[in-house]
Amino acid sequence: MDAQFAISGRDFVISVTDKGVARSIVKMKHNEDKTWQLSSHTLMSVSGEAGDTANFSEYIQGNVRLYSMRNSQDLSPSELANFIRGELAAALRSRSPSQVNLLVAGYDKGKDEAALYWIDYLSAMAKVPFAAHGYCGYFLYSVMDREYTPEITLEEAKALIKKCFEVLKTRFIVDFANYTIKVVDRNGTHEIRQDEL
Amino acid sequence: MSIMQYNGSAIVAMAGKGCVAIAADKRLGQRALTVDTEFQKVFPITDRTYIGLPGLATDVKTLYDRFRMRVNLYKHNEERTIEPKTFSHLVSHMLYERRFGPYFVEPVVAGLDKNDEPYICGMDLIGCINFAKDFIVGGTASDNLYGMCESLWEPELGPEDLFETISQALLNAVDRDALSGWGAVVHIITPEGVITRDLKGRMD
Repeated sequence: MDAQFAISGRDFVISVTDKGVARSIVKMKHNEDKTWQLSSHTLMSVSGEAGDTANFSEYIQGNVRLYSMRNSQDLSPSELANFIRGELAAALRSRSPSQVNLLVAGYDKGKDEAALYWIDYLSAMAKVPFAAHGYCGYFLYSVMDREYTPEITLEEAKALIKKCFEVLKTRFIVDFANYTIKVVDRNGTHEIRQDEL
Repeated sequence: MSIMQYNGSAIVAMAGKGCVAIAADKRLGQRALTVDTEFQKVFPITDRTYIGLPGLATDVKTLYDRFRMRVNLYKHNEERTIEPKTFSHLVSHMLYERRFGPYFVEPVVAGLDKNDEPYICGMDLIGCINFAKDFIVGGTASDNLYGMCESLWEPELGPEDLFETISQALLNAVDRDALSGWGAVVHIITPEGVITRDLKGRMD
């Protein structure tokens, strides 16, 4: 029951995740950041089985940073996404699969363009202009389909995300109190507050 | 609903006169929800051999990556490119290795052999080869594709006629299947080279 979605323009990606952690009928936390910084220009948002999310993300983050240090070079978003998918796919058919849904948002400095990869818990991967996971998808894909254009600007994307919040508020039974909103562009990653949208 | 229908797909290969064609839809979904409309399911193996992988999307990617590695190793060991028939048996073996925990794909191989003769074959998820002289279908729209191919395909079609036939067969098959469609890609393999065309389809 997490909210996890992202929108990509030509030179930016906005990633959105809710901040809630729930266990059965109890809200355990309302300020959890579900995104992981993999490199200066790549961000991974994670949802899924409680223990698996942190376990898998820490493993990926650690290995990606190790690679960067060993080779004095960051992996590009496409390389990263393929690495992550490979690890998740190998885990899928092992004794300890990780049940995690991922969105990898990045800015490719070599190609000068933004990239967004959708990866589900079965490790099916797709490079997409916008993406959502879980129940959110059933509400938000229709909104994003209607409003999205490949030439979307950052301001327009922010407005679109506001509309997504509006739809979740009116039609989804789960009430998400707070969201982590992060922008990845050529300057790196920065967080924006909900009231700055 | 079986795991083979989870992501949705439609792939067809046809043999012509000195040419073969392979075509696939572009949808990636999670049951009824469409996630991507540019998903690649047909991959080049050599200049004149292609493989289509209908089935579970995660295995499509995993298998293509493994095939690519094995074909590159073959090229280095043998110092020649792999023939479509040889490649099909490689695929078949790799699938049967996982007999009791299979990859959920039904591969379709299409290519021209060293004598420019068409070769097409299909497989089930554990690698049982189905060799055909006319056409091979796979994916969630395979029943529809059988119907379309049985009525449209004829022997000795040239590249352009084969393109028209395979395109009409695929587009009309996916229009009656909810889990596949959203555009298509067609590859026509001829001795002179491969012609790749993207088709627009009904987006609903």
